[in-house]
Amino acid sequence: MSVLLGRDTRVLIQGLGREGSFHAARMKDYGTAVVGATKPGKGGTTQDGIPLFDTVAQAVAATGANASLIFVPAPGAADAMLEAIDAGVELVVTITEGIPVQDMLKVAAVLETSATTLIGPNCPGAITPGECKIGIMPAENFRPGGIGFVSRSGTLTYEIADLLSQAGLGQSTCIGIGGDPVIGLPTPDAVRLLNEDPATEAIVIVGEIGGSAEEHAAEYLRAQGKKPAVAFIAGRSAPPGKRMGHAGAIVSGNQGTAQSKVKAFEEAGIPVASAPSQIPRLVREALARR
Amino acid sequence: MKLHEYQAKQVLSRAGIPIPDGRLATSPEEAESAAKAIGAAVAVKAQVQVGGRGKAGGIKVTKTPAEAREAAKAILGMDLKGLRVDKVYVERAANVAAELYLGITLDRDRRRPVVMLSTVGGMDIEEVAASTPERIARGWPSPLLGLLPFAARALAFEARVPEPQRDAVVDIAQRLFAVYRSTDAMLVEINPLFVQKDGSVLAGDAKLDIDDNALFRQKELAALKEVSKDEEAEEKARALGFSYVQLDGDVGIIGNGAGLVMGTLDAVRNAGGRAANFLDVGGGAKEAVVKAALEIVLANQRVKSVLINIFGGITRGDEVAKGILAVTAQHPPRVPLVIRLSGTEAAAGRKLLEGAPLVSKETMDDAAREAVRLAAEGRVKAPATRVKR
Repeated sequence: MSVLLGRDTRVLIQGLGREGSFHAARMKDYGTAVVGATKPGKGGTTQDGIPLFDTVAQAVAATGANASLIFVPAPGAADAMLEAIDAGVELVVTITEGIPVQDMLKVAAVLETSATTLIGPNCPGAITPGECKIGIMPAENFRPGGIGFVSRSGTLTYEIADLLSQAGLGQSTCIGIGGDPVIGLPTPDAVRLLNEDPATEAIVIVGEIGGSAEEHAAEYLRAQGKKPAVAFIAGRSAPPGKRMGHAGAIVSGNQGTAQSKVKAFEEAGIPVASAPSQIPRLVREALARR
Repeated sequence: MKLHEYQAKQVLSRAGIPIPDGRLATSPEEAESAAKAIGAAVAVKAQVQVGGRGKAGGIKVTKTPAEAREAAKAILGMDLKGLRVDKVYVERAANVAAELYLGITLDRDRRRPVVMLSTVGGMDIEEVAASTPERIARGWPSPLLGLLPFAARALAFEARVPEPQRDAVVDIAQRLFAVYRSTDAMLVEINPLFVQKDGSVLAGDAKLDIDDNALFRQKELAALKEVSKDEEAEEKARALGFSYVQLDGDVGIIGNGAGLVMGTLDAVRNAGGRAANFLDVGGGAKEAVVKAALEIVLANQRVKSVLINIFGGITRGDEVAKGILAVTAQHPPRVPLVIRLSGTEAAAGRKLLEGAPLVSKETMDDAAREAVRLAAEGRVKAPATRVKR
């Protein structure tokens, strides 16, 4: 397996509503082991062939689930994440958008003292092509290969994965980390995982305006990078003070500008694409220079 | 969602933070009677959400009720950085001996709140941070524990708050942290925090910005929401479930997914054009949402061409096509449309759009170039003649 998810991953769904059911079915089609779902009060029954449990702890005990995918609506999403962390689930992926920042601060504080990795919230999930998909991405755009891909965007991830796949550059693991200001697996942490992963030959980083995660990722790679990397920053033409859809995508004061991020990558010797269409070429060139 | 100063001060006051005696006024007469009731020199302060109100003439200190009336007359109706003043806050003038700064916001890198305290108050804190960062004491309390007494004291010592005010400032800092948590604030700030000549401490100004994602549980504060003229289209979009931000170019943009739309804005800039807006229809947008989105973009009279960039995941190309046709079937669009459809049901969508008055392109870059070219043409020609009928 590559990083975070692979053939041994056993997934639980928290929030098997309309969206959750639809994507659980698509994940099963892809070959992901969807072993159960939580629905308080419905434990012991099944829905769409998926066994239901009252609590995450019961589900983990009965199924050996080691990952959880959360679709629970925003008001209850933090509780769902904390329940999964409490039950010792190794990987939690939260698709839900619109979660209050202060709820995420509490979740982040609990994460610090746990062994759980959280991806999201407000993200498309993660996929190790050909092995396991936990999330809502259209699987047909992804191909197995050696490119590790970390992205703050959703749809842009599909677009770039498609460009890479069409150029014959398959992916080891693609991680959509989410567009909120407080997320479980920020860019530098995701990059570190891919940098240490033997199955990953090169890293593609898709950032956005806002925050300074890209700068920290660039610093880390400059000091400890083991493989070529290519970056793209969305929102170079965004004016300050305007939130570009994602709660985290905002330039406030002189913080979080695209210029600062581009500069950090270039100083680390990482080429920055000015359009997604340039990424496959830059990856090829970077691999050839190695 | 940002609150006005008078609203933020009410929240602080309820949390036990001292504020000057003050009254809201919407007419010069109301300002005069407010000043009379306060019975001292007052500051008449414009209630608009812009920084630097004082420098722009939005704050006047007056000695008598008659002067307060005249000050209110001058300030009400004033244009402050594009916003019309229709309320003033009349507040007892403080006897200022010193100005401190106290603020709490999110530190994204540490994933914790950050409390900042400084004896260099009254200035833009970003300027202080840039020029004399050592003058700002910072603390990162656990969101689970809050700002503990020892941590608040440590901040006051680090910032060198004078001994006579130390206990009051420590108390206010803890109360402000409670406000930060209980209101789901993204930012709460007292700048300046006045030290008066008698040694007392009170909030000279107050800023409170509430997390939009938490408004579902902040009903009382959510009810204070005011929509300015500039934000009307953005509010309408939010009600329909998508995200719209007006910009100053002439290429209208519609896409799905925040990152893809930002990427599309950048592609337009790479092609030498300027985007008129950011519009993300969100995931799984149906015909009606796409129709409403196109109508909002076309309603902006600056728009000279529209670029629709969809990479279907949950969003289906055929739904997007139906939404576009629902608009173009009523009347031909006043500007040319360029579309790039890819992903889920893209082929079905393109088939539906055959014969419609628009240009279809295979890639994002090509579509952006075409939209920029058409917008440039639109600037010199009558836009309606560009449309095939």
